[in-house]
Amino acid sequence: MLNLTIDGKKVEAQPGWTLLDTARQYGIEIPTLCFHEAVEPFGACRMCVVELKQGDRSRLVASCVYPAEEGLEVYTSSEKVNNVRRWILEMLLSECPASKEIQALAAEYGVTSTRFAVHNPDEQCILCGLCSRVCAQVVKASAISTVGRGVHKQVGAPYLTPTDACVACGCCVTVCPTGAMRSRFDAVRGLPKVVLAHGAR
Amino acid sequence: MQVTAKDSADLRLGSLEELEKLRSELRAAEDPDQTKIIVCHGTGCMANNSPAVTRALREALAKAGQDIKVMPGIKTTGCHGFCSRGPLVIIKPMNIFYQQVKADDAEDIVQKTILNGEPVVRLLYVHPQTKETIQTTEDIPFYSGQQRVVLQNIGQIDPTDIQDALKAGAYAGLAKTLTTMKPSQVIEAVTKSGLRGRGGAGFPTGVKWSLAAKHKGGQKYVLCNADEGDPGAFMDRSVMEGDPHAVVEGMIIGGYAIGADTGYVYVRAEYPLAIRHLEKALADARAYGLLGQNILGSGFDFDISINRGAGAFVCGEETALMRSVEGKVGEPVPRPPYPSDKGLFGKPSVLNNVETWANVSRILDKGADWFASLGTAKSKGTKVFALVGKVNNVGLVEVPMGISLRDIVMKIGGGVPGSDHFKAVQTGGPSGGCLPWKDADLPVDFDSLIEAGSMMGSGGMIVMDDRDCMVDVAKYFLGFLEEESCGKCLPCRLGVPRLRETLTRFSKGEGTLQDIDDLYSMAEAIKAGSLCALGGTAPNSVLSTLRYFRDEYEAHILEHRCPAGVCKDLITYSIDPEVCTGCRACARACPQGAISGEKKKPHAIDESLCIRCGMCMESCKFGAIQVS
Repeated sequence: MLNLTIDGKKVEAQPGWTLLDTARQYGIEIPTLCFHEAVEPFGACRMCVVELKQGDRSRLVASCVYPAEEGLEVYTSSEKVNNVRRWILEMLLSECPASKEIQALAAEYGVTSTRFAVHNPDEQCILCGLCSRVCAQVVKASAISTVGRGVHKQVGAPYLTPTDACVACGCCVTVCPTGAMRSRFDAVRGLPKVVLAHGAR
Repeated sequence: MQVTAKDSADLRLGSLEELEKLRSELRAAEDPDQTKIIVCHGTGCMANNSPAVTRALREALAKAGQDIKVMPGIKTTGCHGFCSRGPLVIIKPMNIFYQQVKADDAEDIVQKTILNGEPVVRLLYVHPQTKETIQTTEDIPFYSGQQRVVLQNIGQIDPTDIQDALKAGAYAGLAKTLTTMKPSQVIEAVTKSGLRGRGGAGFPTGVKWSLAAKHKGGQKYVLCNADEGDPGAFMDRSVMEGDPHAVVEGMIIGGYAIGADTGYVYVRAEYPLAIRHLEKALADARAYGLLGQNILGSGFDFDISINRGAGAFVCGEETALMRSVEGKVGEPVPRPPYPSDKGLFGKPSVLNNVETWANVSRILDKGADWFASLGTAKSKGTKVFALVGKVNNVGLVEVPMGISLRDIVMKIGGGVPGSDHFKAVQTGGPSGGCLPWKDADLPVDFDSLIEAGSMMGSGGMIVMDDRDCMVDVAKYFLGFLEEESCGKCLPCRLGVPRLRETLTRFSKGEGTLQDIDDLYSMAEAIKAGSLCALGGTAPNSVLSTLRYFRDEYEAHILEHRCPAGVCKDLITYSIDPEVCTGCRACARACPQGAISGEKKKPHAIDESLCIRCGMCMESCKFGAIQVS
């Protein structure tokens, strides 16, 4: 067993646990967006950052990927941590303003409006990549992926055209943290494999 | 000489003795009286048509044929560094330095210098301040202030000729390593030398190696990061083009030290000459038994392949680079696990930068103590910089660590055109920051630069003068990073564009002082929250310019004024009627037809048509165009 402290509380972790695993074991809440138990942690959304303190030095790490280590001093909601979360959420409010889930999470951190320009009022996707990861790692269909780089990145099937590689299982819709996949689903899947009895399509 | 498959068996060197025997034979075969004409075939000089100069020299020599006692050899080399003066031609052994040589000058060089031993005065370098004509390389201030360790052979050897490299001492460090040292002793030597990574972060190389070496047995990898992507930087390119064997040798030593048998060089596809020279160096090294199976008869196997990158800046980040070599999308992954534990293909890996590998060759050749005697207490050795921007001597320089910014820019760089000071020097590329003139005496080493809010980076050094706007500079670097962000983590993908948007508003005279405070807070979140160093250092350009040039930000916001006269929304061009001679040069240069006036009478600019491109200002010989 590894001994460490989270928010001043003494906790024990099994070797191989991440800081997020450990915190959740003790009911300590850490917000996440790109994390899902079904797939490998990715460390991309940075909502789960926590502060590690060693003497005068401190740094932020993503708790979903950082392993629990003996003697760590972890803070899950320090000012440094919350500053990162607030800015990410405020930026998300302008990036994907249509997501109710993001609005609710932002409100928890006191962020109710954004000073940044909204480019697409209907956008919900935060590009966390959970949809494509569940498709690759769990369904093993790899029908969708993130396409393009940086500010040009988006989620889609190859050449952004519907694909028969999609088995229409709906896992991507289920894991999507913002509800964005609901509206994208029809754009990625090909014709349904089973023709429904009443000819819905 | 050309190495073919047929005779490759004959070339193979089976031991240290055979290598040293070949080396002394090659050295002995050289005629000390033979004049050599060296022509720079670095990318800069080649772009200035140095191959035509080489051809013309060959023709001129052939024409003068029977008059010449000993026919001079012509050698084409890598970059000599003084790129702004290219094409460069150097006559050895006198070391006569000719600059801005054209094909038409070849006849004179042969007739005067080769036949009669006289210099061609019009091709010599003239000191811009003293107006003194300087004949030899070592007397030119650009060269005399430098200390060449990594670049020692560049400009001296033909990079495509392994025999020439061997004459200059290539693979001596490797031979010594393989025959007299245990892997642990190699790591000890590198640690003792104090070498720190030249890619930018300055991590101690010996420590990095020992972390990978502690995994006993199994597949391991060494990699060379040649994905040089900072705007204005060309150090690594020049090293690979001019002395590829130094990089190859360093990597083999690294492989031996950590117990790896495979190396990869990850190099940008935009560096075709560097790739060509590296490929040739690898093929030649294999033919000579310096690479591949049983190197120099030592029983150690190691081979290197080249991986071409498609030019993504983020692939210079070590974990992204490894993903790219694996054939995956070039996106960073969180550490731990560190590459020394789980790197390329999940195996322990060591990644070092081109310049670091070249330094390794020198350290193992000349000794750790020698290397540790160079530089400062915590930053050992030398550093290569690409000196560019508003500086007289644009080019590649190598200086000991700890030298002041002033010495680099004002002495070696020959100062700032039309000014006795620089406004700022940008170091560290997009991740670095701008240092002001008041810090001109700052020693250039890893720790001092970080303390001053910038960083060493891989060695780009951009000099700026009073006509450069610091808000605009910060905006430029953020725009670069916005385009190059991989988009994986939110603070970087969302934050960098928003930092840039805020600065764009400042450059239009919009915004408030509150926005500056918000910038600090947002920059802090991006630095602390980003997954990799690209996002983690992205705000540096804003933070360092705010630290040293806050008044300039305030001028934009509060007075709607761009003091440097750069931000287009805040400036107007006008013509001083007292100074204007009516030469019409500006009217011809103006792409908008915004300038009118009668010949020989003062002209005027139509504000409504002007797009503030500055062409008029550049075309005016009388300084009549004003910007306010």
